[in-house]
Amino acid sequence: MKTTVKVLDGKFDIEMLTVGSGEPLLFLHNSFGLLPAEPFLDELGKDFKVYAPHFPGYGDSTGGQHIYDIFDAALFYHQLMDELGLESANIMGHAMGGMLAAEIAALDPHRAKKLVLAAPEGFWIDSAPCPDLFAAMPADLAHLLFFSTEFPMAKMMSTLPTDNDVLQTIYVERAKRFATAGKLVWPLPDRGLKKRAYRIKAPTLLLWGEADRMVPPVYAKEFSSRIKNSKTEIIKQAGHMLMYEQPEAFVSAVKKFLKG
Amino acid sequence: MKFTWFHLMPWRFLANDFREKHRSVWVDLPRTMYDPKIGHRLYNDYLDQLEFADQMGFDGIGVNEHHQNAYGMMPSPNLMAAALTRRTRNANLVVLGNSIALYNPPIRVAEEFAMLDVMSGGRLIAGFPVGTSMDTNFCYGQVPATLREKYYEAHDLIIKAWKAKDVFAFNGKFTQLRYVNVWPRPVQEPHPPVWIPGGGSVETYDFCADHDYQYSFLSYFGYIAGKKVADGYWEVMAKRGKPLNPYSMGFIQTVAIAETDAQAEKDYAQHMDYFYNRCLHVYNGFADAPGYRTVKTIKAGLLGQVGDLAEMLRQGLKWKDFIEKGYVIAGSPKTVREQLRHAMKELNCGHLMLLLQMGSMPPWLVRKNTELFAKEVMPYMRDLWKEWEDKWSPKRMPQNEISVPPEVPFHRAPTNGRVKAAAASAEARSAK
Repeated sequence: MKTTVKVLDGKFDIEMLTVGSGEPLLFLHNSFGLLPAEPFLDELGKDFKVYAPHFPGYGDSTGGQHIYDIFDAALFYHQLMDELGLESANIMGHAMGGMLAAEIAALDPHRAKKLVLAAPEGFWIDSAPCPDLFAAMPADLAHLLFFSTEFPMAKMMSTLPTDNDVLQTIYVERAKRFATAGKLVWPLPDRGLKKRAYRIKAPTLLLWGEADRMVPPVYAKEFSSRIKNSKTEIIKQAGHMLMYEQPEAFVSAVKKFLKG
Repeated sequence: MKFTWFHLMPWRFLANDFREKHRSVWVDLPRTMYDPKIGHRLYNDYLDQLEFADQMGFDGIGVNEHHQNAYGMMPSPNLMAAALTRRTRNANLVVLGNSIALYNPPIRVAEEFAMLDVMSGGRLIAGFPVGTSMDTNFCYGQVPATLREKYYEAHDLIIKAWKAKDVFAFNGKFTQLRYVNVWPRPVQEPHPPVWIPGGGSVETYDFCADHDYQYSFLSYFGYIAGKKVADGYWEVMAKRGKPLNPYSMGFIQTVAIAETDAQAEKDYAQHMDYFYNRCLHVYNGFADAPGYRTVKTIKAGLLGQVGDLAEMLRQGLKWKDFIEKGYVIAGSPKTVREQLRHAMKELNCGHLMLLLQMGSMPPWLVRKNTELFAKEVMPYMRDLWKEWEDKWSPKRMPQNEISVPPEVPFHRAPTNGRVKAAAASAEARSAK
């Protein structure tokens, strides 16, 4: 179900997808944003009440101009949780959303009941630099983001439409979304999480695709060494977009962890 | 009509197969390609050329800022301008300019521009570009979405620092300073004329109108394509009730003059090809970081200068196309006079910036082009716009108060074997 949540009396109008019922699960999307349909969230909705807000600047969510840095972003989510009445909830985030989820939990350890970080950004390792998604061309995306470049979504992302109007719409959307993401992860996705990660107390599941070329699996070690109460699970035959490429393995790992 | 001789200071020796071997002339081209001993010679050649332009009576000599590229070797145009203050006498120093969002704190620019203005006796024109996406986002790591806001804040700080009578504190979003007190003060009161170079971002027109700045449209697509932007600019000025003073606009144009139209092609064709196909060979991923251009500008359909789309348009273009499309105005003095006059009238432009060194052009040809322009074209265009007052040129110190450095005998640098070898090897590769 699509709803609009007014945060801070309309300073932010947030488009939010809510699915299912049960214990609350807040999902924070990656820098590409939410897709029109998110089957893995529907699956999780069978056991949880999933809240999936579009970050300001994504979808129909407004207020992006009020976000300058990672603290503005993390505090925005704290405010959103307050206004949703979520004193404490399971929080799951993918890539940039994973970085945000970790920041939320570090800033206030009581906010996250359990934490699922799927291929999160947030650290920088000199010997394993993350590729520059901002300079990547569509043709590069399949290889960067997927285990198999033949995967339908990989093909779709790597192919540009020929119609000029559609092309311009895509171009404008990309500019809008990545412009917002740039405030959090440009030029490098390290905003000091390493100084704060020790504060994360929630049981944490680190999920990684074995062939993640965007945030290589070596980053999982970085996260697991800094978050004490964490365990890592590597998903086979998946790249950076693990929840799309291996939805069943992804959903079952998340459910097992959150219910366990 | 006023004339500025503008230098991009390109690396002249990119191999013919550069495009095939490397994805970009900007941001991540191999450092090993730069030979500092050739660089030494090029900087000296290029400064010679700007000094020659001063002697030939150009109103201004121009330099600009770019980073990590073989297209233009001036990370700091202020260093070039500083060198020019001592060996030029008359021309305005058009520094077009400093990408002010890149300086931390931006009063660095207020200081250096004030230094240049004082050193030159009030000959400085202060340019404030946002900077290309390659320079600002990819080379200097600026967040694309907040770059323009940072730029505007830096502008406000610099202007306030120049105008201030007293020390003040500045509480910005991007810069906080407890004591702003810029020494030296510029010669020109309250500050040097400000020119805003733009590549066609629609926001820039209003910014110029707000502050009565000169708008300089820097495009390599020439006057025919430039008309769209010029019209957009004048439309905004008209709407805002501003006088349509031609001197409130600058335009850059490549010009190539020889004895005859045919000789011009012989002299210049290969060098234009070098510029358009090598110097502008920028990887599409670096052309326009998401958030660098506003959605409004993207929707206005203004084409970037670099990147795939621009490169596609230039693909396979030959001398004839460059001329027909107006990228280059070339030919005999008569041809150039007529076309350039027509172009400036079409654009309603009072400040013409000339690219008379382009791409791989060697010094002898630059000298020829400059001399022919100064003697055979400039005098015939001077009368244009005489009914308008130029409010965007420097007000310098009185001549009798200007310090003049003593003459230093000028010895030509010895022939640099490396330059010859680089030229020969680039040619050898092109022959294959």
